[in-house]
Amino acid sequence: MAAPPALRVVEYGARVYRRTWRGSVISTFLNPILYLLAMGVGLGKLVDEGAGSSDLALPYLTFLAPGLLAATAMQTAAGDASFPVMAGIKWRKTFHAALATPLEVRDLVFGHLGWVTLRVTFVSVVYAAIMTAFGATSPLEGLLSVPAAVLTGAAFAAAVTAYTARLKDETGLSTLFRFGIVPLFLFSGTFFPVAQLPDWIEWLAYATPLFHGVSLCRGLALEVPFQADPWLSTAYLLAWMAAGTWLSLRFMRRRLVL
Amino acid sequence: MPDLLVEARHLTKRFGTLTAVDDVSFDVRPGEAFGFLGPNGAGKSSTMRMIAAVSPVTEGHLRVMGLDPATHGPEIRGRLGVVPQEENLDEELSVYENLLIYGRYFGMPKKVIDERIAELLAFAQLQERRNSRVEPLSGGMKRRLIIARGLINQPDVLILDEPTTGLDPQARHLLWDRLYRLKQQGVTLIITTHYMDEAEQLCDRLVIMDKGKIVAEGSPRALIEEHSTREVLELRFAIGMQEEMVARIDGLARRTEILPDRVLLYSDDADEAAALLAARGVVPEATVSRRSTLEDVFLRLTGRSLVE
Repeated sequence: MAAPPALRVVEYGARVYRRTWRGSVISTFLNPILYLLAMGVGLGKLVDEGAGSSDLALPYLTFLAPGLLAATAMQTAAGDASFPVMAGIKWRKTFHAALATPLEVRDLVFGHLGWVTLRVTFVSVVYAAIMTAFGATSPLEGLLSVPAAVLTGAAFAAAVTAYTARLKDETGLSTLFRFGIVPLFLFSGTFFPVAQLPDWIEWLAYATPLFHGVSLCRGLALEVPFQADPWLSTAYLLAWMAAGTWLSLRFMRRRLVL
Repeated sequence: MPDLLVEARHLTKRFGTLTAVDDVSFDVRPGEAFGFLGPNGAGKSSTMRMIAAVSPVTEGHLRVMGLDPATHGPEIRGRLGVVPQEENLDEELSVYENLLIYGRYFGMPKKVIDERIAELLAFAQLQERRNSRVEPLSGGMKRRLIIARGLINQPDVLILDEPTTGLDPQARHLLWDRLYRLKQQGVTLIITTHYMDEAEQLCDRLVIMDKGKIVAEGSPRALIEEHSTREVLELRFAIGMQEEMVARIDGLARRTEILPDRVLLYSDDADEAAALLAARGVVPEATVSRRSTLEDVFLRLTGRSLVE
C-alpha cells in the first residue's frame, strides 16, 4: 500500500526546507533568544523591581516566555502558510505543476498544512528548549506546552492558507501581517495580562485565537491558572483549524481548478 | 490500450459567459503527433487542459485513454506527461530535485526515479546541470527540464502547450529534435502551437482552431493541398503604391490576399505569376516566391494571420 498522496507534499516541503533553512535560522533560533533577552531579561528587570506597581506573582521573564512560544508558533505558521501559498498559486505556479500529476487539490492542501504544522512543531521544540535554558520553565513543563503551541500554529496555518488562497496579489499579504498578525502579537496577552486592557479591547482579545494559545501555553508551562478554560481554548483553536481547513479546500479549488 | 487515446465529441468549455471551446470533436490515435494550431485565444490551451484532466469539461463527451477525466482524473494524469506553456519549475531547487519531487508526486520509489533522472538528464542534455539551481538556467534549458519533468513517469502521451514560444531558433531546433526522438520511441505527442512551421515540422495530423471552433482537420500536406495553391508569390510595394498596383493584378492569380503590408498571389507556379506581373507592367519593390504553408491555410479559412 502506497503512502497517502498528501505525504508526498509534506516531503516536498521538507526538501525545499533542506535547501532554504538557512534563511529561517534567524527567525527560528535567534529571535526567541533576542526577545527573551530584551524583553524578558532587560525589560523584566524594570518590571520586577519597578515601584511595586506590578501585580505579577512571578518574574516577568517567566511570565513572558510561554506567551512568546505561542506567538512564535503563530508567526511561523502565518509566514509559512502565506508566502509559499502565494508562490504556489501565482508567483512560481508550482501548485499548478503538482496538479498535473495524480495529486488532487485536497492532497495539496492537507500536505501543505501538514508540513507547516511539522515545521511549527520543530520551531516550538527549539523554543521550549531555549525557554528552559533561560530558566523560565522546567524542561518537562516546557515540553508540555509544545502541543498547545502546535495547535495554535495549526489553527493559524489553516486560516492564513484560506485567506491567501483568495488574494489577487501580495498587497493582501502585508495587510495580513500589518493589521492581523502584528496586533495579535502585541495584544493577545503575550507581553501583559489582557486584564490590563480597557474592557472593550479585553473582550476583543478573548475572541482572538492567539489569546487562547497563550493561555494554554502559559497554563501548561507555569504553575499559574489558565486565563480561560483550557478545554474551551482547545475547542476554540480546533474550530479555527477545522474552519480554516474547510475554507482552504474550497478557495484553493476555486482558484486552481478552472 | 484503446484504439483512441483521446476521443472528444461536442466538447465545450465556458468560463462564465465566455465560451473558450465551442463544440469541438476530434480523435487522437496512439503513436501520432497531433497538433492544435491557431492564434492566441483560439481555445487550444483550454482544450489541452481538459485532456490533461486538470480542467473540468463544461459540456460534451471526453475520454482519455478510455477513461472519463471527471471520475478518473488521478489515473489519467498518472499516465500523461504535461509540458505547460508557463514555466512552473521550483526555482529554489536544483535540476535534480525538481525531477525527484515530480517523480515522488507520481508515487514512484526513489530508486526508480534516480535511474529515470539519469536517462532524462542525458536526453535533455542537462547532465552537467544536475546539481545547479534552476533559477539561473537559460530559457532553452528550462524548457528542456520541463519536458524531462513531464517524462519522469514514462507517460504514454506527452502534452505540450506552446513548447517553443519565447525560444531562440537554435533552442527551438534542439527541442524539435528531442520531440522527434520521443515520437520515434512511440510516445504520442499532443502539441498546441501558433507557429505554422512548428506544426508542419512536428505534427502528423492537426486541427486548426479559431475562436473556440475547429475550422479544419488533416495532415499539414493535405490541408495545404485542400485549402491553398502549391506556391505563393509575395509582393511588397513602395509606400503608398500598393492600392494602385493592386488594381492591375486583378485576375492574375487563382486567389489574391491583400494584407496591410504586402500582397499574396496564390498560384500553382509562382515564377509564371511573376512573368505575367512583369508583362502587365507591375513592378513591386520586392518579391518572394515560396511554397504554401499552414499560415496560408489559416489566412484562407479565417481571413486573418496566425501571429498578429
